[in-house]
Amino acid sequence: MATPCDTHVAAVPKTFLQQLIDVLCAKGYRVVGPALRDGAVMWDTIRQVSDLPIGWRDEQEPGRYRLENTGSDQIFGVVHGPQSVKPLAFAPREPLLVIERTKGSFSALPTLPKSEKVAVLGARACDLAGLAIQDHIFLKDAYRDPYYQTRRDGLFLIAVNCTRALATCFCASMDTGPRASAAFDLALTELEEVFLVEAGSAAGQAMMSALSLAPASTARVREAEQQIEACARSQVRRLDRSPLPQALYDAHEHPRWDDVAARCLACGNCTMVCPTCFCHVVEEVPDLTQTRSEHTRLWDSCFTQEHGYIHGKNIRPTIKDRYRMWLTHKLASWIDQFGTSGCVGCGRCITWCPVGIDLTEELPALLKPSSQAKEKPGQA
Amino acid sequence: MTPFSQATGNAAANPYLIQSATIVEKIREAEDIDTYRLRFVDEQVRRSYRFAAGQFNMVYLFGVGEVAISIVSDPDEPDSLDHTIRVVGRVTKAIARLQPGDELGIRGPFGQGWPLDAAQGKDVVIVTGGLGCAPVVGAIEYIFRRRSQYGSVKILHGIKTPHDLLYRERFDAWRRHPDVEVLLASDQPHKTWRYHVGVVTELFEQVVMNPARTMVLMCGPEIMMRLGVPILMQRGIPETAIYVSLERHMECGIGLCGHCQLGPYFLCKDGPVMRYDRVAPWLERVGF
Repeated sequence: MATPCDTHVAAVPKTFLQQLIDVLCAKGYRVVGPALRDGAVMWDTIRQVSDLPIGWRDEQEPGRYRLENTGSDQIFGVVHGPQSVKPLAFAPREPLLVIERTKGSFSALPTLPKSEKVAVLGARACDLAGLAIQDHIFLKDAYRDPYYQTRRDGLFLIAVNCTRALATCFCASMDTGPRASAAFDLALTELEEVFLVEAGSAAGQAMMSALSLAPASTARVREAEQQIEACARSQVRRLDRSPLPQALYDAHEHPRWDDVAARCLACGNCTMVCPTCFCHVVEEVPDLTQTRSEHTRLWDSCFTQEHGYIHGKNIRPTIKDRYRMWLTHKLASWIDQFGTSGCVGCGRCITWCPVGIDLTEELPALLKPSSQAKEKPGQA
Repeated sequence: MTPFSQATGNAAANPYLIQSATIVEKIREAEDIDTYRLRFVDEQVRRSYRFAAGQFNMVYLFGVGEVAISIVSDPDEPDSLDHTIRVVGRVTKAIARLQPGDELGIRGPFGQGWPLDAAQGKDVVIVTGGLGCAPVVGAIEYIFRRRSQYGSVKILHGIKTPHDLLYRERFDAWRRHPDVEVLLASDQPHKTWRYHVGVVTELFEQVVMNPARTMVLMCGPEIMMRLGVPILMQRGIPETAIYVSLERHMECGIGLCGHCQLGPYFLCKDGPVMRYDRVAPWLERVGF
């Protein structure tokens, strides 16, 4: 948990950002940050501060994402786009192996990604919390995923603390933001005229020392504090985790599942934008000569027909089964599996749902006693 | 980063690596079901490979993909690796075209096997249905190699029709061990069928069980477990002495791909063998 300590917080003019980008580039990093694309922001290579969406801000509502140019000189006015940090460590599509066949025999060669130093400029607190969860899944169990590890090791994370909440944000109730608390190297807070900078790792500290930044005044630090706290207070959505996981397990037969299933399109958008969803499939792509085959991993979604398939039957044949699987996993069984909620409160699944299904609305509805609900005993 | 050269051939560093294995024998078990006896091509892999009864491998066919298949053979003879495969989908259909001399890929072994240490000194009741008899073969062979360390062994196996009986010689051989009962049931009668006609759970009536010292190993359709466990419990066997091998969609074998979840469990790494009381509340949640 990074708490502000005045002596370690620097205040720098906004021009500092270009300096930071240049230093990172000189150190061999590819700097990626939010960039305008197709009416949203996506991670892209940033060479100049002007590559960032200066003056733009996002408005997000259930099923709605809009960018507007306010004409201000705020650099990090856009809170987030559909991508969390996830795709930078857990690639949406990557070959795991190449298998080569020669005369009835074959050999499998791992295709680990090239080690690349990537500096992520503008990671939000929720995304860093999501990344910490993915680290736990891919790196802390009996089997370590070397592909994830390679990408993850190359990341230098520059957080931007949030001073404005979207209508869809609920990180405060998930204890994941708006201040970056999960692992980061540097954290910025954008104030009107300056950035406050603090280090969250040895690498970040080294970077700050190399740049010899002036310490921030107590007043500046206080101002940033107040803005972050105001951001937390302004969040209109929240999620009460206290009855979880058991209450959601017990809601297995709740009629609300039918209600939400009638709205859900099973498109899988929520799982694609989620910073923590980790399901994946492996696809086998042989070449035309049948001498070389690529064993490729792709993100999967529990909303697909195939996800619950075992020979001759589907464990989750209906949309109701799949939505229930997704939400129960995200908010309940995740706790039993990994010791944390699978939700970080970023609100992306609300925004990018084409029909605006809102889990902060669904959960309370599912936990409300229902006369039709059949009680099912069960323990974690 | 793990250097590329080190990652090659190091399964500990890369759990996705596939080792090639030659089919040394293909044994026809029934229509659409064959047992493939495999031998690793790499001698070092052959020497170091070990598995526990009840574990599974991801079996790979070049250009087609992988499927999770339980290991059928004796864990004390790991260099002869048997997998009984029924043609049910895209990959298994393509595997069925292979012949001895052809190669498959193997990644594994994965998962938790049968609790054969905990079963020592106990009577073991093995209840299987259909192809569910495959994952227990290794356990039975393991027990018979250490016959004095276990109590009585009862093998109850159910099939739909007499044509579905696999491992006929194995069942006959097992029958010859001391203090062993082998009971078979077929849903449908046939003029050559001299065993019970009906479902496997009806065979419980034909065996004497000492609840205080019995451990049950079950594998087969979940309906067999849901119907069978209450009968065993009525006979005084606690849920905690019943182990089941469960089946779900398994793609990675290492608890990462998310498909094999059953409540809080990833059946590929927490299972496939699970103590019944742990999974019972989840199995009754249909569609989960």
